Amino acid sequence: MTEMRFSKDHEWVRTDGDGATIGITDHAQNALGDVVFVDLPEVGRVVEAGEACAVVESVKAASDVYAPIAGKIIEVNAALSDDPGLVNREPTAGGWFFRIEPADAGEIAALLDEGAYHAFVDSLA
Amino acid sequence: MVESPSESLAETPLAALHRELGGRMVGFAGYALPLQYPAGIMAEHLHCRAAAALFDVSHMGQAELRGEGAAAALEALTPADVAGLKPGRQRYGLLTSPSGGILDDFMFANLGDRIFLVVNASRKEHDFGLIAAHLPQGVTLHRHEDRALLALQGPGAVPALARLAPGLAAFSFMGIGSFDIGGVHAIISRSGYTGEDGVEISVPAEQAEAFARGLLALPGVMPAGLGARDSLRLEAGLCLYGSDIDESTSAVEAGLVWSIGKRRRMEWNFPGAERVRDELANGPKRLRVGIRPEGRQPARGHTPIAGADGAVIGEVTSGGFGPSVGAPIAMGYVARPFAEDGTSLDLMVRGKAVPARVAPMPFNPHRYAR
Repeated sequence: MTEMRFSKDHEWVRTDGDGATIGITDHAQNALGDVVFVDLPEVGRVVEAGEACAVVESVKAASDVYAPIAGKIIEVNAALSDDPGLVNREPTAGGWFFRIEPADAGEIAALLDEGAYHAFVDSLA
Repeated sequence: MVESPSESLAETPLAALHRELGGRMVGFAGYALPLQYPAGIMAEHLHCRAAAALFDVSHMGQAELRGEGAAAALEALTPADVAGLKPGRQRYGLLTSPSGGILDDFMFANLGDRIFLVVNASRKEHDFGLIAAHLPQGVTLHRHEDRALLALQGPGAVPALARLAPGLAAFSFMGIGSFDIGGVHAIISRSGYTGEDGVEISVPAEQAEAFARGLLALPGVMPAGLGARDSLRLEAGLCLYGSDIDESTSAVEAGLVWSIGKRRRMEWNFPGAERVRDELANGPKRLRVGIRPEGRQPARGHTPIAGADGAVIGEVTSGGFGPSVGAPIAMGYVARPFAEDGTSLDLMVRGKAVPARVAPMPFNPHRYAR
C-alpha cells in the first residue's frame, strides 16, 4: 500500500496498481455526520480535477465530492449502496468512493501529504 | 435557514452549556444554536423516540396578551378559535394575511387571566409588530425576552419531569399550567413538535442553565440539536414555517384546515377568509402531501416533482432521511390531481428522476398523550 495524498476538499487518494482509490477523510465524515446515501459517478466517465462527481448525503444535507485528480472512473464502491455508514465507520478503508485511472500521475504527487493535510485541517479550527 | 456562525448571531441563555456539551453551533434564524452534539443527529433523533431529548428552543418568540378583549383581538389576525379555548389549554394556530396566505404558525394558550403566545424565531418581530398594531384599548402585549424555552420530548419526558412537577402527569396533550420547580417559575405545556409525548417549558432566562442541567440529570435525558428537531418534525409530518408554509400557501393547500375553529368557519371573519372559503368549496390548485422516495436517496427542499409524463407538477418543501422510518421521506406541494395517496411521481434529484409515491403523514405515528 502506497502513501496517501490529500486534497483541500478533504478527499484522500491512494495509488494502487493501475489506478488511484479515492474517498473522504475522517475529518470530512465527522463534519458531515451520519451518511445515509452516496450518489456515485458512472464507470467510464472522464472527469477533470476539481469536478464534482459524487454526492454524499447525510441526515441533514447533501455535499459534493470532487475528483482530486483528472482521469477516468474505472470502478465505484458498490458496498456503499447497501451500507452508506461505511463512510463514517471506515472512511479510509471500506468507505472508499471510486477508483480513477489518472490522466497524469504527477497530479497525485502534487497533492498534500499527510502532515501538510493535518496542518491544513488544524488551520481551519 | 441554516447559516454559518458569525459575530452577528444572538445567543440563547444556554449558549455556554451548548458549548460545554460539545454542541456544533450554527446560525439559525439569527441565533447561534447547536445543530448537533457529539452523539450525532441520528442518535439524538432515535433517543428522542426511545427515551427523552432536551432541545433549546429559546430562540422562539414568547409573549403574553393581557386585558379584556385579548381573545377577540387575536381572532382578528387568526382563523383559530381563541375565545373558545378553555383555561389550562393550548392550541396551534395560523396568522393569516388578507389574501389568505400564512404569515406564521404559532401556539396560544389560555393561562386564565392572560393568553400565552409562542411564535417562530424568524417571524417574532413581524408577528409581535402585527399583533401590537391591532390591539384595542385595554389589551396589551408583553414580550418575554427574559424567558428561555426548553423542549423535553420523548416517551420518557413526562415520567422523568413528573418527579419534579407533581400534577404534570395528569395533563393531556396541549394541557398547560404554571409550576414551581425548586424555586423556578415554569410554564409547562404538554406539547412539542416531534410527534412524541413531551413538554415545552418556559423558565426565566437567568435560571435556565441550572434548570437545563437539572433536566439533563434526569434518567434517560440527553441533549439534542436542530438537526434532530428537523428530522423528528418531518417524520411527524409537521410544517416548518418558511419551508412548508409561507405567505403564498393557504391553510387549505397546507392541510391545516383543522386549525381553523368551527365557529370561525361559520363567521368567515378572519383575514383571508374569502380564499379559504373558495378553496374549501372548489378545491385548492395544489395540496401539501407526504412523499416516500423509492430506494435510499433523499430528495431535499426545492426538488422539482414531475408526473408520469415528465411535466413538473410540484416541488418538495422539506426532505431528508427519516432515522425512525429508516428511509428517505419528504413533503411538498403537488397539483391536486396528483395528491391521492399512492400516486406515482418522479423527484428530479440533480437532473435524475427518483421514483416516489404520495404517502400518508405522519411517517412515524404520533404518540401524544390524548
